[in-house]
Amino acid sequence: MNDHTSAGRVDYLNNGYGLKSWLTTTDHKRIAVLYLISITLFFVLGGVFATLIRIHLISPRGVLFGPSIYNRMFSMHGIIMVWFFLIPSIPTVFGNFLLPLMIGARDLAFPRLNLASWYIYVVGGLITIVMAILGGVDTGWTFYTPFSSMFSNSYVLLTAAGVFIVGFSSIFTGINFIVTTHTMRAPGMTWFRLPLFVWSNYATALILVLATPVLAVVLLLIAAERGLGIGIFDPSLGGDPLLFQHLFWFYSHPAVYIMILPGMGVVSEVITAFSHRSVFGYSFVAFASMAIALIGFFVWGHHMFVAGMSMYAGLVFSLLSYLVAVPSAVKVFNWTATLYKGRINFEAPFIYSIGFIGLFTMGGMTGLFLAALPVDVHVTDTYFIVAHFHYIMVGGMVMAYMAALHFWWPKMTGRMYNRPLAVIAALTIFLGFNLTFFPQFILGYLGMPRRYATYSPEFQMLNVLSSAGASILAVGYVMPLLYLFWSLAKGKSAGQNPWDARGLEWEFADSPPIPDNFARTPVISWHAYPYDRPALTIGQEDLFDSTLKPESPDARH
Amino acid sequence: MHANNPNLKHQFSTLEQQHHSYVAGMWVFLATEILLFGGIMVSYTVYRFQYYEAFTAGSHDISLPLGTVMTAILLTSSLFMALSVRASQLNQPKLCALLLAITIILGLIFLGMKAFEYYDEFHKHHFPGRHFAFHGVHLTHVALFFSFYFVMTGLHAIHMMIGIFLLALMAVLSLRGHFNSERYEPVEMAGLYWHFVDIVWIFLFPLLYLVGTAQ
Repeated sequence: MNDHTSAGRVDYLNNGYGLKSWLTTTDHKRIAVLYLISITLFFVLGGVFATLIRIHLISPRGVLFGPSIYNRMFSMHGIIMVWFFLIPSIPTVFGNFLLPLMIGARDLAFPRLNLASWYIYVVGGLITIVMAILGGVDTGWTFYTPFSSMFSNSYVLLTAAGVFIVGFSSIFTGINFIVTTHTMRAPGMTWFRLPLFVWSNYATALILVLATPVLAVVLLLIAAERGLGIGIFDPSLGGDPLLFQHLFWFYSHPAVYIMILPGMGVVSEVITAFSHRSVFGYSFVAFASMAIALIGFFVWGHHMFVAGMSMYAGLVFSLLSYLVAVPSAVKVFNWTATLYKGRINFEAPFIYSIGFIGLFTMGGMTGLFLAALPVDVHVTDTYFIVAHFHYIMVGGMVMAYMAALHFWWPKMTGRMYNRPLAVIAALTIFLGFNLTFFPQFILGYLGMPRRYATYSPEFQMLNVLSSAGASILAVGYVMPLLYLFWSLAKGKSAGQNPWDARGLEWEFADSPPIPDNFARTPVISWHAYPYDRPALTIGQEDLFDSTLKPESPDARH
Repeated sequence: MHANNPNLKHQFSTLEQQHHSYVAGMWVFLATEILLFGGIMVSYTVYRFQYYEAFTAGSHDISLPLGTVMTAILLTSSLFMALSVRASQLNQPKLCALLLAITIILGLIFLGMKAFEYYDEFHKHHFPGRHFAFHGVHLTHVALFFSFYFVMTGLHAIHMMIGIFLLALMAVLSLRGHFNSERYEPVEMAGLYWHFVDIVWIFLFPLLYLVGTAQ
């Protein structure tokens, strides 16, 4: 339709300029940009709370707040980071942008549902911001009963409403991804030719669809108890507060995999692109995603070892938790093997991905400590847990998010950022992250409990180290904000495929892509990551059409 | 390559692909709904075994004949729903709207009976909370039974209301000529939703009304 070589071509960015053209768009690429902006805002907001917490903990008695305000600070940090950044981040920004591009479709199966999911996200987010302005919530991000249902004097109902609403946005995204992967693949794009990013987003979408409703119902039950007096968690009415924990973790443990699986998909893409080799053991990596999604549903009990569950249940949950580490380890080994004999470019996305592998391994290994019953009893509710999940969430997930941002930024905007500066920022973040969270492992092992506004003086040295690390981390996060914005105005034109990568989004789509993604529907006759042949460019598709016929052009149903 | 068929949305290549996508999307959504009810149903089942006597006492207090009639009404509504989907596939928009109207009326009768039952339970102070009272055997967990009763049937009733709204919308759209044999997916999807809500009731009925009836 549009001639991609002419100077005045129409791409998705210049296809209408007004605010209305953005707020009513159904183009998956524009919705991805809307999500990118809103998610960045929430990341900054959650980061502000984190910064305040770290400043407060410089001194054993705390320097900023009393205990009740401190409770609100870590609660809102957790709630915003989990539900308004980590869970939506990679799927809604990069999944939205890339899924149709990677499978050769014009859009997701349900473009209007996609836009609706963004509006729902915004409504949930606004409710949460109103809650924060009114005075916040102090239950922690976990809303444990009976504190949340009977005792807390903060805005629990409003917070629950915000999280409940944003859950619908997750479910809509999940439905869209599952159906799109099933029905929208281009001719020849069989399941085992899909990029691994698509596999991991598919696995994520399954969890989103199956786990989020349980969170919804548990929040409804809290609302019913606070608002109506229905007492399913109230012992005086025959209920049991522990039931809350079972239902909550039935969602929230799989939610950990909602957060990490898309990151694993990003790393699979980036590692192959920057070592210029096909991924080692494609089907193992693909099935590992599915295995993680499946087993992840059966390990929730490991959050409750000390909450009063039977020893036999504890043993089973412990064993299953070990089991879920296996597919994660398979991925780590496969990524490492992919590097072997690769032609490696140390660009920013690659450094973030290597950082992911190392930090995720640390987070995963300490997760095994926690799956072991006796060790878990020792470190439950200490900073060891805090360090462990920040290694997965920040060291893993945020690293992968940054890798994705730097890898696909040229595709999304058509501009290249300052690469040396990006490398420096990546190294700063890696350094700052480790300085922030490694001391917390030691603190936790020594017995410093989490969620307290004060601590014993002997822990001060490590806490100051951690706070110093947090300030370095903050600098590392501000840098990309600056040079990425700068690249929008002054960055060099990136070209169609600046990384010499393979994949439909690099070889068949322009940077930025046209509104319909492809001038003509691609026909695929090769496996994912064909680094054994040169990268194609737009216009060369005919070459492959005529020489290699797809094995099964109608293999998409 | 993209046919200029007004029934075909821009992102799809063929009507078949479009149909598959819509129906698959609805089924995935229903999977979500199953888990929404599933969490509470599993919790209920655990407590039903743990506090069997209290749950039997609670269950005997709600009216089994009323529940049976409600079940029959809801199942009949599903029949009319299925017929209305068929009518829209056969290009009979008026018949489709009529059958949808019958489905809606049956749904409203069901909700009316539910409201009557709620009124009765409120009147007897069976709503859990500070004013809860249960005349009969003194068992602590009867209140828990009623907590589950109100949450499960309440959530189901909310789904019924959403369903009735959707069916009314479909009836209006059908009369305005929005559906034909190439594009009837919205009616089919609303139908799937309605059947799902019925099936939830098929589970709720034995769970709540039939505890301890077969001695």
